[in-house]
Amino acid sequence: MKWIINALKGFWGILKSPSKAAVGIVLFMGFAGGLMFWGAFNTGMEATNTEEFCSGCHAPIVAEIQETIHYANRSGVRAICSDCHVPHAWTDKIVRKVQASKELFAYFVTQTINTPEKFKERRAHLAEREWARMKKNDSLECRNCHNFEFMDFSEQSPRSVRQHSTALANGENTCVDCHKGIAHNLPDMHKVEGWQ
Amino acid sequence: MKKSILLTLSITLTLISGFTFSEEPATGLDRGIGGVESLRGDTELETTRPADPMKKVPRDQVDIESSYVFQPPLIPHHIRHYEVSLNANKCLSCHSWTKAKQMGATKISVTHFINRNDEVLADVSPRRYFCLQCHVTQADAKPLVGNSFERVKSLQ
Ligand code: HEC
Ligand code: HEC
Ligand code: HEC
Ligand code: HEC
Repeated sequence: MKWIINALKGFWGILKSPSKAAVGIVLFMGFAGGLMFWGAFNTGMEATNTEEFCSGCHAPIVAEIQETIHYANRSGVRAICSDCHVPHAWTDKIVRKVQASKELFAYFVTQTINTPEKFKERRAHLAEREWARMKKNDSLECRNCHNFEFMDFSEQSPRSVRQHSTALANGENTCVDCHKGIAHNLPDMHKVEGWQ
Repeated sequence: MKKSILLTLSITLTLISGFTFSEEPATGLDRGIGGVESLRGDTELETTRPADPMKKVPRDQVDIESSYVFQPPLIPHHIRHYEVSLNANKCLSCHSWTKAKQMGATKISVTHFINRNDEVLADVSPRRYFCLQCHVTQADAKPLVGNSFERVKSLQ
């Protein structure tokens, strides 16, 4: 027992005395700590960035998306949930809880969308929130992959060019103004401007 | 007695000959389809042949001319994942009278505002709501069976 205390005391001594070794050790510990934190953080992020994770609570949406261009297309480049959405602000703990007992946890958290009927009722509201968010950030998520500067109008279809070279180019509209429902089935659109 | 023996004999003979006839080995032509080739090729009835490649609907093509009067015009562009449901009608988001000009699209016809009692409505008649019941896209598919159809004179 004593030798441990002695060893610790010695170690502390090294840290306390301003020598080159101490600085090295402190730096190293900081580095190692950072590395460990980064690792844990990344595992957490990776876990929350998968479709399986989202499907724990958004199963109907994950099923729908398979018909759309961002799931399967000729070039095989995909957009997954987190490419278009800021994942909810999950803490690592919640992530592990969801993974451990998906159904149970989802049941308590997803009170607002846990039945098809409730989701149907709530969907328009959630969609409105997403449109508002993307309108505000000028469809930043879309633009992460689709850069207007590099759109080749000679390759696009006349219908696309007509809209992109006018209403998009002059900044009046942003992607989600015209491309609503690009990755999902739409909610009731009868009250949305331009739809009936 | 003699009669019944004769009867049994003749019946047995007919049966045997019937058997031998049906047991005749199938000729090269007869593979369950009687050697007749059809639109599904010369595949036997019980086997499933590989499906043809899916036809591709072009992103955009020039307007396709009508072949007869009152034909529902054909859709000259792709409509992948365009939703037409109780919730939303993507077609009308460009082809409605309010949006058509701005989107450079064709307006829906006035007939689409008339209900089945010949009353003119202020909005699209419910019986015209599901566009794809009458309007369809066109792929570059050759007719499977030759035909001599000709466009009506007035549209030629
Ligand atoms: C633990 C369950 C759960 C998981 C896992 C989950 N969500 Fe959600 N999500 C919800 C609930 C519940 C709502 C509805 C909130 C409400 O009704 O206000 C929601 C709403 C949303 C919305 C609507 C926008 C908004 O402002 O509410 C989006 C977008 C979304 N989730 C994306 C995702 C993505 C992407 C993932 C995977 C990275 C994911 N969710 C994983 C429970 C979950
Ligand atoms: C992760 C990258 C990525 C993100 C983010 C993304 N897309 Fe895409 N998008 C693609 C790819 C890849 C394709 C398919 C290209 C191909 O092979 O034709 C595509 C295709 C499209 C198409 C063409 C549809 C068609 O039927 O041809 C539209 C429209 C589109 N995206 C709009 C959007 C909008 C709007 C957003 C934002 C809400 C968005 N995209 C976000 C990568 C992305
Ligand atoms: C003013 C309306 C409008 C805006 C704003 C708009 N688009 Fe489009 N876009 C269209 C129309 C109309 C089409 C052609 C119809 C279709 O493909 O469904 C189209 C087609 C596309 C295509 C397919 C192009 C092709 O012809 O192969 C892509 C990709 C696309 N848009 C991406 C975007 C992105 C990314 C943004 C935002 C930076 C955006 N659009 C903003 C109206 C718009
Ligand atoms: C190409 C970008 C894109 C991808 C990929 C994408 N979404 Fe969305 N999402 C949107 C847009 C845009 C909206 C706004 C509503 C709309 O236009 O459909 C939305 C809306 C939502 C909503 C609100 C309810 C609704 O249906 O409108 C939820 C929940 C959601 N997304 C979850 C997901 C999940 C889970 C995934 C992964 C399976 C996913 N999204 C993938 C672009 C995307």
